[in-house]
Amino acid sequence: MLKRTPLFDAHRAAGARMVEFGGWEMPVQYSGIIEEHHAVRQGAGLFDISHMGRFMVRGPHAVTFLQHVVTCDVTAIPIGQSSYGLLCRPDGGIVDDIFIYHVPDEFLVVVNAANRDKDRAWLQEYARGFDVELEDRSERWAMLALQGPAAEALLVNAEDCETSELGHLPFHGVALTSMFGVNVLIARTGYTGEDGFELFFKAPHAEMVWTRLLALGTPGSVKPCGLGARDSLRFEPCLALYGHEISETINPYEARLGWVVKLDKGDFVGREALAAIKARGPARRLAGFEMVGRGIARADYPVHALSGERVGHVTSGMPAPTLGKPLGIALVPTPLSAEASEFDVIIREKPVRARVIKMPFYRPRYKKA
Amino acid sequence: MSAIPADLRYSKSDEWVRVEGDEVVIGITDYAQEQLGDIVYLELPRVGATFAPGDSFGVIESVKASSDLYAPVGGEVTAVNSDLESDQQPINSDPYGAGWLIRMRPSGEEEELMDAVAYAAYLEGRGH
Repeated sequence: MLKRTPLFDAHRAAGARMVEFGGWEMPVQYSGIIEEHHAVRQGAGLFDISHMGRFMVRGPHAVTFLQHVVTCDVTAIPIGQSSYGLLCRPDGGIVDDIFIYHVPDEFLVVVNAANRDKDRAWLQEYARGFDVELEDRSERWAMLALQGPAAEALLVNAEDCETSELGHLPFHGVALTSMFGVNVLIARTGYTGEDGFELFFKAPHAEMVWTRLLALGTPGSVKPCGLGARDSLRFEPCLALYGHEISETINPYEARLGWVVKLDKGDFVGREALAAIKARGPARRLAGFEMVGRGIARADYPVHALSGERVGHVTSGMPAPTLGKPLGIALVPTPLSAEASEFDVIIREKPVRARVIKMPFYRPRYKKA
Repeated sequence: MSAIPADLRYSKSDEWVRVEGDEVVIGITDYAQEQLGDIVYLELPRVGATFAPGDSFGVIESVKASSDLYAPVGGEVTAVNSDLESDQQPINSDPYGAGWLIRMRPSGEEEELMDAVAYAAYLEGRGH
């Protein structure tokens, strides 16, 4: 039986097409992926992401525990801020990519839907010996994302209080506010390459908040979006997707996420292996590419060197809606990841030439102070 | 509910067949275009290519997915819809009209095809 978010009925009633994703029955699209994609790039789109895992970490050792299991520097996240981080295995492979929000007295850790059980077990295992409490709030809270350049102006009007919290919320900032009479934890984070917000609140309010957010502005200002657009929107700015660009057999340096690994912060799980990988340089690396020949590269298609030898695979690929052409990301030997390198993607048994280009394909338009 | 014109026949892989004189016109059904979503790429055969029933005659792709096109009948391709080369939108907006894919001179061999009533029941059975 697939799991459902508190908004399942609302999605169905709105005519969304539902698909299986990571054990969840989720909307893949409402009106169409391309239309939803452009709505987020140009205006605002609303996503139900209640399938994501949400854990609270608190207790006297909360900071030292998190510092021990994630690659980023948790001591550098002040209250009211958040940070991207990685959970790594002792051998350096990536268990998951996460977001850590520092709220008063505790941390909120958001993890990928498909990794919820795995991550909970992983955190519990490493929590031994630390005086911390781990609470799974995934079922009790809903999570929505309102993303796009129009999101801020729309959302400011939805706040209950006179003085707006989110108008001056910095990039990656997180604050408690009230909307439609409901307490909402709101963060200036997202997964689209646009300015935008993620909202956490108690699950029974999900349908009311969803409906009220969709009604903001003039009719059609906020478009409901599915996982299809969520994927194409994260693909263009080259934001990693677990199971594609990152996995337990891919390390952060291969995934070009070295900037998330703070080797100098002290010891943490995977540090030794990661330091060694960094010192010798990764043998393979992600490379963004465009098609020279005609065709669309898709995830898992083989990559061959021009000699014909199989050397890697495509991690993600699709026709990029904003850029108007098929693009892809592949895991290839490091020398082949250099810009302007060429290789073949095997599309339905035929080699189709591809050329490495700069990542990200789309420069994120975050609102930074 | 997707449109299923009464005068066409349908394959299990969601192609439609319309008889026009001694030729047939082939496309994908309204249900198929709905499932695929916005179509952004199409690969069609050359005129003169021959196919047995069930052969893949081309590829159709949306943002999300890539899907083979299967010949519902055997025969020789006599025309392809070249208007779709630059713009595949008619496949979504008018799958039984401007979104037609190929014309064939049938060899007489064909897949087991369904009439509109049977195809509607078939879609129902797939949980549509």
